[in-house]
Amino acid sequence: MFDYNFHWRPVFRDLPDLIAASLVTLQVAALAMLLGIVMGLVLALIRLHGKGPLRWFATVWVELARNTPALIQLFFFGFGLGAFGIHLSPFLIVLMGLTFNCAGYLAENFRGGFQAIPDTQLRAARSLGMTVWQAYTRIIVPQVLRIVYHPITNQMVWAVLMSSLGMLVGFRELSGETQFFASRTFRIFEYFAVTAVLYYAIVKIILLGSRVLATRLFRY
Amino acid sequence: MEPTVQFFSGFAASDMWFMAEAAWRTLLISVVSISLGTLLGVVFGWLLYEGKFWATAGLAAFLDVFRSVPLLIQLVLFFNFAPIVGLNLDAFASGVVVLTIYTAALVANVARGGLEAVGAPMRRAARSLGMSYWQTLRHVVFPIGGRAVFPSWIGVALGVMKDSALVSVLGYVELLRASQILITRTQEPFLILAIAGAFYFALSYPVARYAEKLEQRWATQ
Repeated sequence: MFDYNFHWRPVFRDLPDLIAASLVTLQVAALAMLLGIVMGLVLALIRLHGKGPLRWFATVWVELARNTPALIQLFFFGFGLGAFGIHLSPFLIVLMGLTFNCAGYLAENFRGGFQAIPDTQLRAARSLGMTVWQAYTRIIVPQVLRIVYHPITNQMVWAVLMSSLGMLVGFRELSGETQFFASRTFRIFEYFAVTAVLYYAIVKIILLGSRVLATRLFRY
Repeated sequence: MEPTVQFFSGFAASDMWFMAEAAWRTLLISVVSISLGTLLGVVFGWLLYEGKFWATAGLAAFLDVFRSVPLLIQLVLFFNFAPIVGLNLDAFASGVVVLTIYTAALVANVARGGLEAVGAPMRRAARSLGMSYWQTLRHVVFPIGGRAVFPSWIGVALGVMKDSALVSVLGYVELLRASQILITRTQEPFLILAIAGAFYFALSYPVARYAEKLEQRWATQ
């Protein structure tokens, strides 16, 4: 039926390299998520309480991040900034693209989380003598993080999947490494099939890890 | 005096027409894939809700694969797999197949959520009024469940519309591919990417806002 010879041998020979590249994928996705969570929190607070140009800036960020394709955003950091003589490394392109995108999506989740917590909690904390900073870091934000825990987990999975776009800007994470090997050996199907399995495994590990973490974080 | 040869030319008004055409092709592949994917996804969702345990678990695991592997990898994989099994598909057809299954995998969960939102007592009430199974589905479950999950469905549809940009790697000339072609000629990446982004924004933002409005209106009724 098939007159196609599957050449799995070179793929399995390069498997250690592919697994090493998955770690790069995980690193860039995790780093982008950390930055994205911080930026998302800031954006959410600005959208809730900010005024003037600051609020305008946050709104534009969130709407652009949510309403244009991630790949366009990545290309913007990659090629668009080149028009101004700013040339970023492939790693920075992917990191900034992912962070921009994740921050936009997380900001909306955080906004919902902040709105779910009644104002009276802030006032109660303030009347106990806490500063605004203390009230936010000790009372409000921990509760928000609990509400948005699942959206954050989903976003982490999404960041891993999205980092595969690095292939198109020459970043050697899992997809980029796969394309490199595939174009050297011309065994495109075999290499990408193995890569698909690796992505599936990464996603499952993240989901399992987040479930374990959830049982430890939310015991009460 | 040497003649100067011009390799690159600036962005012209006619290029705007080229981009608009490409935006139409983005819309075309999105609408076809989202429609087919939604139909398939609703059937899958119904099977997930009504099916026997093993069938449900099998289907759920199968659909899970499409949500756990990057779309880009799925596209490259299918595009290279189709010729192996003797399918001769062009970029558009390959893109539609992959985007449809991807959409179906996402919609299946949304549809199952909609079926669960209606609840067994309501369905029993409808059945006890003498409605058949299909009548219950048509007159009770779909209207109520559909409203409950409509915002999530819009989210999925808009996500797929934006993800259709990845079909550019197969050579289908949609918005992103068109902008890459223009960037190569004009050497003005910033301007052209901004225009492409504006086209995507114009396609996505009104739908997102309208869905938000609709959701609020339904919530207050």
